[in-house]
Amino acid sequence: MRPILMKGHERPLTFLRYNRDGDLLFSCAKDHTPNVWFADNGDRLGTYRGHNGAVWTCDVSRDSSRLITASADQTVKLWDVQSGAELFTFRFDAPARSVEFSIGDGLAVITTDNFMENVPTVQVKRIADDPDDQSEESLLVIVGIRGRITRAVWGPLNKTIITAGEDATIRIWDTETGTCLRQSDPEQGHQKAISSLSKSADWSHFLTGSLDKSAKLWDTRTLTLIKTYVTERPVNAVDISPLLDHVVIGGGQDAMNVTMTDRRAGKFEAKFFHKILQEEIGGVKGHFGPINALAFNPDGRSFSSGGEDGYTAFEKRPKVLG
Amino acid sequence: MAVEAAAATQKIRWGELEEDDEGDLDFLLPPRVVFGPDENGLKKVVEYRFDDKGNKVKVTTTTRVRKLARARLSKSAIERRSWPKFGDAVHEDVGARLTMVSTEEILLERPRAPGSKAEEPSASGDPLASKSGAVLMVCRTCGKKGDHWTSKCPYKDLAPQAEAFVDRPPTADGSGPSGGAVKGAYVPPSLRSGAVDRVGHDMRRRNDENSVRVTNLSEDTREPDLLELFRTFGPVSRVYVAVDQKTGASRGFGFVNFVHREDAEKAISKLNGYGYDNLILRVEWATPRPN
Repeated sequence: MRPILMKGHERPLTFLRYNRDGDLLFSCAKDHTPNVWFADNGDRLGTYRGHNGAVWTCDVSRDSSRLITASADQTVKLWDVQSGAELFTFRFDAPARSVEFSIGDGLAVITTDNFMENVPTVQVKRIADDPDDQSEESLLVIVGIRGRITRAVWGPLNKTIITAGEDATIRIWDTETGTCLRQSDPEQGHQKAISSLSKSADWSHFLTGSLDKSAKLWDTRTLTLIKTYVTERPVNAVDISPLLDHVVIGGGQDAMNVTMTDRRAGKFEAKFFHKILQEEIGGVKGHFGPINALAFNPDGRSFSSGGEDGYTAFEKRPKVLG
Repeated sequence: MAVEAAAATQKIRWGELEEDDEGDLDFLLPPRVVFGPDENGLKKVVEYRFDDKGNKVKVTTTTRVRKLARARLSKSAIERRSWPKFGDAVHEDVGARLTMVSTEEILLERPRAPGSKAEEPSASGDPLASKSGAVLMVCRTCGKKGDHWTSKCPYKDLAPQAEAFVDRPPTADGSGPSGGAVKGAYVPPSLRSGAVDRVGHDMRRRNDENSVRVTNLSEDTREPDLLELFRTFGPVSRVYVAVDQKTGASRGFGFVNFVHREDAEKAISKLNGYGYDNLILRVEWATPRPN
């Protein structure tokens, strides 16, 4: 398999997201400008210029018309996917870390970092159909989590919000009241900061990756630990195959320490594990730095990885997996 | 269309022409005409031919042409395909080559068999082990670890090491002996095979470990002199004297790497303050560079 290498970013990649049809791939990087690519041949369709800081995450609406991006410049921006036009800017007092559209694209959950004297928050905003009606007011603000919240995603039917962060705890919140419904067991759960969270195709379970060198599979409703996948390096990115019982885990040590250690200890490969047997299936090499972002195409036949080296690699799925 | 049709009629197989004489009458027939496909995908082909009795027959064939999109592409996805580029992608020139197909075949690597798996942790832990002085027996000629010393290497004749490194300029010293790394095209470090990597490691280790700095050397001291002086204390893996590139004169300092740390200690204690030529040597541990 010869992957397609896409060099659209000058700084490390932070996040990758396919649209629902799997024909567009959105990439975010620390270089302020998210890109969109055709997922079948890797041609760049366009760029979204306007952010003034690293872009941490993005999400695309179900009909692929709107893009929402969260950036370290303390804003979250709404974009028109087709033209690259900026539709609206939400302003915050702290860098925005994570963003996701709800089912139906009527709401968006946004997390902001702990910055200066601000506490980290999870905020829910209403997304208007017409950008002119868009308001900045938050429907719900959740505070009380210590440490940065790296991911906040919607639970089934928009009834819950699942958060994961640097305090290594996963929490499920009620969307109506903003109360914490469940909290992961500190003994079973991650021991170090959670870096990534990815839901299964039917949202019944989700996978979290942590710097404690493991990835864990959780039940979305009960928050019970289902499986644990152990690797040798901190996990920066995870995703669940929508097609087969596979999970892919990417990572590598901190970019800061890469030059100081043996490259064999780096393990900059995307590792495939069997979801149920928890066995390692294989690894796909290719990056020269830690993998920061991983995303399966919704058809399950290919996946993309984004690395600290600034490359997005779009990889055809190896045949042996099928 | 007309041109295409004409081309089709002219294409008469010579083999058929010889077999039946009527074949040449095909020239008398009107050319094949193709209509459509129209918006419903209907294509009409009108052809003329002679039947068995020599009568001219008009044959009209109507077919429906359907374009098959790949099933997984939705309508909106196909529409998105024709979207114009925007942002930085508009001004992208062909030479930019943002998107490339990897020249390298990347395979899904299966985890190693249990037998070889046991070996891996020791290999990755090796740099640490050698740092503490546990694994020091490394052949510089063939890169084999723990098997034999460089001087007893069975492949010694292939790479005349001892003479080479003494007289060679320091820059060549780095890349020269590690022949494996310079073979063929450039391979990024993350993809090099284990053997090549090991050589790369040894090179670095050789420069860092048990290194003794010798200063206040006289101007005409050369590497062989220094080797002569230091080899009495134990096996020496590297000798280097800094030479001014312009004048060719010694800059008055050099480095000696010992295989054993104890030997290096001995050499420092004995030779520091030792009178050599007309100067008093200063011998000390080489401190690693700050960067």
